[in-house]
Amino acid sequence: MAHAEAHAHDGHDHNHAPAGIGRWLFATNHKDIGTMYLVFALIMFFIGGAMAMVIRLELFKPGLQFVDPGFFNSMTTMHALIMIFGGVMPAWTGLANWMIPLQVGAPDMALPRMNNYSFWILPFAFTLLLLSFFLPGGAPAGGWTLYPPLVLQAGDSFGLTIFAIHMMGISSIMGAINVVVTIMNMRAPGMDLLKMPLFCWTWLITAYLLIATMPVLAGAVTMLLTDHYFGTAFFNPAGGGDPVMFQHIFWFFGHPEVYILILPAFGIVSEIIPTFSRKPLFGYESMVYATGSIAFLSFIVWAHHMFTVGMPLAGQLFFMLSTMLIAVPTGVKVFNWTTTMWRGSISYEPPMLFALAFLFLFTIGGFSGLMLAIAPADFQYHDTYFVVAHFHYVLVPGAVFAIMAGVYYWLPKWTGHMYDLKLATWHFWLSTISVNVLFFPMHFLGLAGMPRRIPDYNVQFADWNMVASIGGFAFGLSQVMFVWIVLKSVRGGGPKASARVWDDTNSEGLEWTVPSPAPFHTFETPPVIK
Amino acid sequence: MSIQKKLAAAAGLAGLAISAAAFGHPESSLNLPVGVTPISQQAHYLHMLTLWVCVAIAVVVFGAMIYSMVKFRKSQGAVADTSIVHSTKAEIIWTIIPVLILIGLAVPATKGLIIIEDTRNSGLTVKATGYQWKWQYEYISQNDGKTESPISGVSFYSALEEKSNFTRQLGSGLDPNQVENYLLNVDHPLIIPSGVKVRLLLTGNDVIHAWWVPEFGMKRDAIPGFVNEMWIQVDEGKEGTYRGQCVELCGRDHGFMPIVVVVKTKQDFAAWLAAQQQASAPAATATAATTASL
Ligand code: HEM
Ligand SMILES: [Cu+2]
Ligand SMILES: [Cu+2]
Repeated sequence: MAHAEAHAHDGHDHNHAPAGIGRWLFATNHKDIGTMYLVFALIMFFIGGAMAMVIRLELFKPGLQFVDPGFFNSMTTMHALIMIFGGVMPAWTGLANWMIPLQVGAPDMALPRMNNYSFWILPFAFTLLLLSFFLPGGAPAGGWTLYPPLVLQAGDSFGLTIFAIHMMGISSIMGAINVVVTIMNMRAPGMDLLKMPLFCWTWLITAYLLIATMPVLAGAVTMLLTDHYFGTAFFNPAGGGDPVMFQHIFWFFGHPEVYILILPAFGIVSEIIPTFSRKPLFGYESMVYATGSIAFLSFIVWAHHMFTVGMPLAGQLFFMLSTMLIAVPTGVKVFNWTTTMWRGSISYEPPMLFALAFLFLFTIGGFSGLMLAIAPADFQYHDTYFVVAHFHYVLVPGAVFAIMAGVYYWLPKWTGHMYDLKLATWHFWLSTISVNVLFFPMHFLGLAGMPRRIPDYNVQFADWNMVASIGGFAFGLSQVMFVWIVLKSVRGGGPKASARVWDDTNSEGLEWTVPSPAPFHTFETPPVIK
Repeated sequence: MSIQKKLAAAAGLAGLAISAAAFGHPESSLNLPVGVTPISQQAHYLHMLTLWVCVAIAVVVFGAMIYSMVKFRKSQGAVADTSIVHSTKAEIIWTIIPVLILIGLAVPATKGLIIIEDTRNSGLTVKATGYQWKWQYEYISQNDGKTESPISGVSFYSALEEKSNFTRQLGSGLDPNQVENYLLNVDHPLIIPSGVKVRLLLTGNDVIHAWWVPEFGMKRDAIPGFVNEMWIQVDEGKEGTYRGQCVELCGRDHGFMPIVVVVKTKQDFAAWLAAQQQASAPAATATAATTASL
């Protein structure tokens, strides 16, 4: 195996890492690649975040003050593409790279060179995507959902966008294959599947979702490409095509995609809550099965995004009922997390604070999800700010908070230094308060009738938009603290962390058996699992 | 600061934000309108039902979380009971109860959906076509319960009215607060009668648009190559002007193609329709004449 050869060169010096830029360009070490993924994701979060700031600035008050409506549409489109494909997904892959080998007792990922490719594709993909701003016609402005015929009206950037999406898809598929092969083949002896930490479990299931759905997206965008440049008419009614078919294909990818964004979060939260409650996770097996059922259901609910396209009654009923069913396994998870805290001994370090905020705020997003599932009511909610509130609750205090919880949980393991806990607690409170000021009023806006994806609005929506914008600026600024806290720890500030890091807690798992910082090579001889 | 103090501070801040916002614009609302059609009232009912079910679940679940967070604090000397790791009974209970609740929601939701999809027996059929960026309305036919009679020559475009259009230009320097129904006003509103089941046919001319008036409780996409349908029956006594917007991203001016519907009594509507047909009739004969002479 590749990693075995690599070790031969390194001899017995476990901490010997290659020097210079080559270390990163030709990286095959899972920790280095994980770090690059995380840094890349952070940069993308800030670029996508800057676009969100432009959006909130324009929506601060009625009237157009700053940007042209066409540019505004580019902002919403690019914000979503960058946050989803450049921020959240690479952050999860980065955490997977760092932690999965450490958690299953493997020396590295199974396919280290592919790991290198899958990372290095990303900077090129996003450079191409961002370059589209400078082409005639500007960046894509048809929404991240890319619905034809509108998306086909794009300017010269269209081919670039599609190409970039293909590259992201290839990167994701390679990353996913790596996770599956690592987990299936490289677990330390005695690490049965049902002994794996939940982060590995949820990532394994996420990887299957990725492998199943990214090719579907690739197919959809390829058909767009040929419709645009080669005169096919897959989605063009004038040529016998069907624009609604695109939506079906897109959401067959898109709904599993939203679970790709959230399942690893379930895994992280399932590890942090037991640690700081000093109790094992309640209902480990039911958590695994619930994750599996969510993944299965995620393939049969896609058209709940399309209740208004005019499906037959039977179709609408099927998708309404199947969507409502997802609430059941989701509920099981929330109940298990709550019971894990029951009669525990809870302390409130930053990772736990973020995990708890996840618990409350993700659940609020789940509630609005259930409301949206009720088709006759969704005819009112659809394409309004109510939907914007829903998916931001599940994605920001959901997925993004879980990423930050994970970073705060494992950062001392990576850097060998405890970060500034007090500052991180401040970061938590500022983020949590501002995220609610930002997104909660959007429920009101949607219910009062404000459509999504508009650059200007009637004065009746002015108050809550202003509140949301203020929350948005505060949230954006708070994230500068995060960078500062992480940088300080990376550069060696703060007390040295022990191997266990969270000493008097219930931090279980193999990653806590290696020293902090984790040496360049770990588990060259497999650990023994009790 | 202790956890409680921080929570109190957060709650205070949120309260402040809410009260501050409630000041400025008295017309701003927080909830779905009840609306003026059976469909909108039903949507409102289902919305409130689901909302209260969620609130009830939230009280129980968040209550249990907050209780544990406060009661089982390590700083207060709580000792973990590590024997609580699994309970098949609990798992079964918290699977079954949600299923029952969901069935309770699914039954009225299903009934509602069946009503919404039943567009039969309409008294008036109007076709709306979405363009970048305006709507076109064509009056297709009327039905008095026995016979379907076509309406000819009543068709017009409906676009954002001028004052809003000037004001909304980038850097116009005009104040939206000074424009009545800013961005929600059109030059030619759709006119429909109250107390009549109006069937709306929807299609798109260029890209996908979507037609929505919140007070009517229904939105549907206007898709090129498709003809979708939905129905509106405004309760008698609820005549008036109702406003909405395009709700499917349709390009640059998606935010600027409002929908305005004026609901008249049956008599007023009949009079209006007759006047429209009359106005278009000479034009139609004239066109016929020119075509003939060509
Ligand atoms: C209880 C679970 C959930 C249910 C029942 C649910 C239901 C729905 C429904 C019905 C819609 C379509 C609303 C509309 O457009 O009218 C929707 C939109 C959306 N949901 Fe969820 N959802 C759930 C959880 C999640 C999770 C976990 C995520 C991601 C982390 C998510 C992300 C999204 C996104 C991104 C959209 C909007 C996509 C777009 O139109 O751009 N949802 N959800
Ligand atoms: Cu979905
Ligand atoms: Cu539109």
